[in-house]
Amino acid sequence: METLRFILDNHGLISLLLGQHLFIVALAVGLAILTGVPIGIAISQHAGLRRWVLAFAAVLMTIPSAALFGLMIPVLSVVGYGIGVVPAVIALFLYSQLPIIRNTSTAISNIDPALREAAIGMGMSTWQRLRKVELPLAVPLIMAGVRMATVINIGIAAIAAYIGAGGLGSLIIRGITQTDTRQLLAGALVISVIAIAADYALYALQRLLTPRGLNTSTLIARRLEEATT
Amino acid sequence: MIQIEHLSKTFGAITAVEDVSLSVAEGQICILLGPSGCGKTTTLKMINRLIAPTSGTIRIAGRDTAELDSVTLKRSIGYVIQQVGLFPNMTVEDNICVVPNLLGWDKTKSRKRAAELLEVVALDPAMFLQRYPCELSGGQQQRVGVARALAADPPVMLMDEPFGAIDPINREVIQDEFMRIQRQVGKTVLFVSHDIDEAMKMADCVALFHDGRIEQFGTPDDLLAQPASEFVASFMGGDRVMKRLRLMRSVDVASQVPPRQGGSPAQLVVKPGDDLRQVLSQLLGCGQDWALCNDSEGRFVGYVHQADILARLADHTTPRVH
Amino acid sequence: MPEFISRLSVGLERYWGDISYLSVQHLQIVAISAVLALLVALPLGVWMSRAASQRHAMACMQFLNVGQAIPKLALLALAMSFVGVGSGAAIFALWVATLLPVAVNTCEGLRAVPRHLIEAAEAMGMTPAQVLWKVEIPNAMNVIFAGIRTALAINVGTAPLAFLVGGGGLGELIFTGIDLNDFDMMLAGAVSTALLAIAVDLACGLVQNLSVSRGLRLAGRV
Repeated sequence: METLRFILDNHGLISLLLGQHLFIVALAVGLAILTGVPIGIAISQHAGLRRWVLAFAAVLMTIPSAALFGLMIPVLSVVGYGIGVVPAVIALFLYSQLPIIRNTSTAISNIDPALREAAIGMGMSTWQRLRKVELPLAVPLIMAGVRMATVINIGIAAIAAYIGAGGLGSLIIRGITQTDTRQLLAGALVISVIAIAADYALYALQRLLTPRGLNTSTLIARRLEEATT
Repeated sequence: MIQIEHLSKTFGAITAVEDVSLSVAEGQICILLGPSGCGKTTTLKMINRLIAPTSGTIRIAGRDTAELDSVTLKRSIGYVIQQVGLFPNMTVEDNICVVPNLLGWDKTKSRKRAAELLEVVALDPAMFLQRYPCELSGGQQQRVGVARALAADPPVMLMDEPFGAIDPINREVIQDEFMRIQRQVGKTVLFVSHDIDEAMKMADCVALFHDGRIEQFGTPDDLLAQPASEFVASFMGGDRVMKRLRLMRSVDVASQVPPRQGGSPAQLVVKPGDDLRQVLSQLLGCGQDWALCNDSEGRFVGYVHQADILARLADHTTPRVH
Repeated sequence: MPEFISRLSVGLERYWGDISYLSVQHLQIVAISAVLALLVALPLGVWMSRAASQRHAMACMQFLNVGQAIPKLALLALAMSFVGVGSGAAIFALWVATLLPVAVNTCEGLRAVPRHLIEAAEAMGMTPAQVLWKVEIPNAMNVIFAGIRTALAINVGTAPLAFLVGGGGLGELIFTGIDLNDFDMMLAGAVSTALLAIAVDLACGLVQNLSVSRGLRLAGRV
């Protein structure tokens, strides 16, 4: 197919765009983990706070990405970063908050209270307890949140091409404006493959990090719980 | 009322139930007893065809159940499981009315029936009809489960370890409740259990299962006094004789023969309903060999002699197994 | 903030005509794709949960899960290359995007109904269809609705992109606004889409409260 030929011919350009794309996503998700996990831990201790924070993050999610980009342009133009990578990363960062915060807080509050008591009984401080007992047990579910955030963000980063952030979305845009099916399909195919690959890779990582004691039914039960909250 | 003849079930190479035959008269409680995996639950489930028999006949009220289609058969048999299985999305009333609705009963008639049944199981209809299962305690859910099984007034009830999930204290209470309900409604009940004490207390007849076959079928006293095999004897436990005493009451051995002259004065008074295990324990405890039996108003009923108790036990025992 | 609000009201006033026209278009695309998706996804989810379909269901689930990872813009682009420019492509892409979460959640929700409830229902003499209708589906409602809400959120969130493939809708205001550096236009589009998304989610929540049995809602709170 000519699209494949196109991809092969232009692999340099495509690799560049892919690199831009993944950079934006990785940066945003990385920052989101740095802020989201601590917030998730914090709110897992207070039910009231949890409701408010999750509600706020959920509202963020309902704003369509195109709208969010649009809303940020005037705000960030003031500091001269209205378009380009900065608003893209910020938007992706915001979209990653809900999955990561929610999964972290669910994971921590789902830990068997008996374990927490045992840890306290052994004389661990709150910090030690978190580090040695609770976080390791929470890692699989947090990874699931990171995975969700990453896959969503790969998709939204494609739209960010519209505000000059680069990435594989540019191919799709050019394909539409120039009515060039090869570019269009090349962009769509490469980005789909990357998204699926990332999903699988992170899923493998998630399973790797799951302590052998936690079986699949617990994870499924948690996935259902998160789906219904 | 229920007749099972040569019932068998094989799953591929595994024989779960082999040549099981028993019969239960109307209004009786028959308990299928045995260790895990012995085929008692499989047998139970073949009666309402949750599992299809490989061979054999099951007759209810004289009719061969194979003649009925599966769904009609199930709607005419009450079924209670250990987890109760009340539908969380329905109120107590709707839960009870499930089978009547399936049978097309008139709505007013079913609702009236639901209220009646709640009274039978000692729950106030005004309070409980519109509640949801999540608002009920475990014991209350159990009772609603029994009411639900009775809703369409089936002649037969099947129960699969219904009280297994309840703590021992409440289990006693609900067993007594159930026996009271049973006396009131007079259903024929087939009941699976792995608890000997439960079986001895509640059953009119017991079928002890082992590896898919019935080792012995008879009254609780039959199994305790005359175990048919080594397995039965060991399953019933080394304290079989003491268990037998639980099945008898003071009034059964009270006699009008007074104790020997010159013996010690009466130190122990028992009631007619007290079981002999308790009485013997008290006699041994205070070193007496007889007790007075008076009813709840203090009126004299008879004398209970230790010798009579022992004689009663000897009545049934065969010397061949200990 | 006050400047934001004043620009917003200016934008809304100026583009009100466009907003009302485009909102209708937007809602049409959302509604048509969503309804068609539900018509397919719900029965599909039920089918996948049946014991008899297990072999095929596994493959189907994999396929659906993979599909959910595909970026929505790519879906639109692919749809456009098959169907051509216009609302047809948009509806097709949105249909796919809505179908996936609903089917997956319906199947998982039904599979999660406790086995003993189904056994009790069968033992009481319900036919398989009655068991499905009276016991399985009502008890899976919370999970099924979670799927529907997620899917609708995705649908409404992706709908602005329909403009890019010639499908119309409020996306026109957003993207044209970005292109022309007309912040008022863009703001008008952005706020309208955001409000629409919130409204759809609230409506969904309302329907969920009405459809899910009170018994299950109480149990959820316990």
